[in-house]
Amino acid sequence: MAKGNILFTYLLRLADDHLILSQRLGEWAGHAPTLEEDLALTNIALDLIGQARSLYSYAGAVEGQGRDEDQLAFTRPERDYVNALIVEQPNGDFAHTIVRQFFIAAFMVPFWREMEKSGDDQLAAIAAKASKEVAYHLRHASEWVVRLGDGTDESHARMVEALEDLVMYTGELFEKDPVTDAAIEAGFAVDVSALEDEWRQTVEQVLGEAMLALPEVGYMQTGGRDGIHSEHLGHILSELQYMQRTYPGLTW
Amino acid sequence: MAEVVELGKRSDTKVREAAWAAAAAVPDPEIPVVTVADLGILRSVDIDADGAVVARVTPTYSGCPATRMIEQMVLEALQNAGFGDVRVESVLSPAWTTDWISNEGREKLRQFGIAPPQKTSNSKRALFGETVVNCPRCGSAETERVSEFGSTPCKALYRCKACKEPFDYFKCL
Ligand SMILES: [Zn+2]
Repeated sequence: MAKGNILFTYLLRLADDHLILSQRLGEWAGHAPTLEEDLALTNIALDLIGQARSLYSYAGAVEGQGRDEDQLAFTRPERDYVNALIVEQPNGDFAHTIVRQFFIAAFMVPFWREMEKSGDDQLAAIAAKASKEVAYHLRHASEWVVRLGDGTDESHARMVEALEDLVMYTGELFEKDPVTDAAIEAGFAVDVSALEDEWRQTVEQVLGEAMLALPEVGYMQTGGRDGIHSEHLGHILSELQYMQRTYPGLTW
Repeated sequence: MAEVVELGKRSDTKVREAAWAAAAAVPDPEIPVVTVADLGILRSVDIDADGAVVARVTPTYSGCPATRMIEQMVLEALQNAGFGDVRVESVLSPAWTTDWISNEGREKLRQFGIAPPQKTSNSKRALFGETVVNCPRCGSAETERVSEFGSTPCKALYRCKACKEPFDYFKCL
């Protein structure tokens, strides 16, 4: 693969992670347990969509085929989406949303921090902004993990269930493949496998405070980076893309 | 010849100053009591080799919906000030920080009812430490955070225990 192709694929993976998670969080608009939380989840979604836009715009420029952020987001079919499976998992109850958010934010904090050292100036600039923003995302999720885990029997039980349901999607975040290997070799990527210890430390510390534990996991789900998704992504895309699919090129 | 160059330079400076003044007066669309210059969003205004005015702005948060509007407003302010050839560029690096909000801007925020951000946002303590946020109305330090995210991504929601008023706190970034 040529260097440009690797950078494009690498950016697309990151952009897809952010767009899909943002879309999921946006589903809470008007449905969160309190007004403050409604604002919090949608504001986090807004941060993510901003990060996704920067990444898609840059990916489009790198690709050089004239595709802009909107075309990349709204016209690619499911198999061309290369996000990690965890971001497309359903919101479920509030515990599931918080655990998903917690797992991802605990990863994004060291990820963007390391990306600030990227040999690619544009990626480093995007990272400098994102790493400040995800710090708030992690604090938000961590506070809820403690509140729910160390809360009532009901909230504790729901957190246990959410942890068990979602832990199998965390392994993919630390996976490497020929694309990431080449990207690291080229000097612009983060070696995600080196972040796993820090992630585990953060997660276990907060779960400990919350009277919870990270469940043992027999196997990890994978496939998103190759476009092999869970049943959920198609439904997300049908809602996300429907307007541009129905009226191609529509603007307002 | 030297004198001509000097004159050229002087007028360039004047043009740049006039352009800066026009762009700097643009109010923030979400908090109109402060300008884009007060907030540190307007990074520079220069005249390029072809004589075009180039204003550089930086987004506060990645997803700030006001970013595009600010770019448009700066463009229009420069055009309305009589500059024909105008460009507004967005720069990501160095990343915007609340430390760039001027002291004047901080005071305007406080008078508007928004607690201004603490300085030294680049230290982790400011991001995560339990900072004391004073009530912008009565000045009391007896305040509590209601929500990490307020009416916009840049603000958190607080409540004053002394005067019982809720207020926004401009978060450190
Ligand atoms: Zn007060």
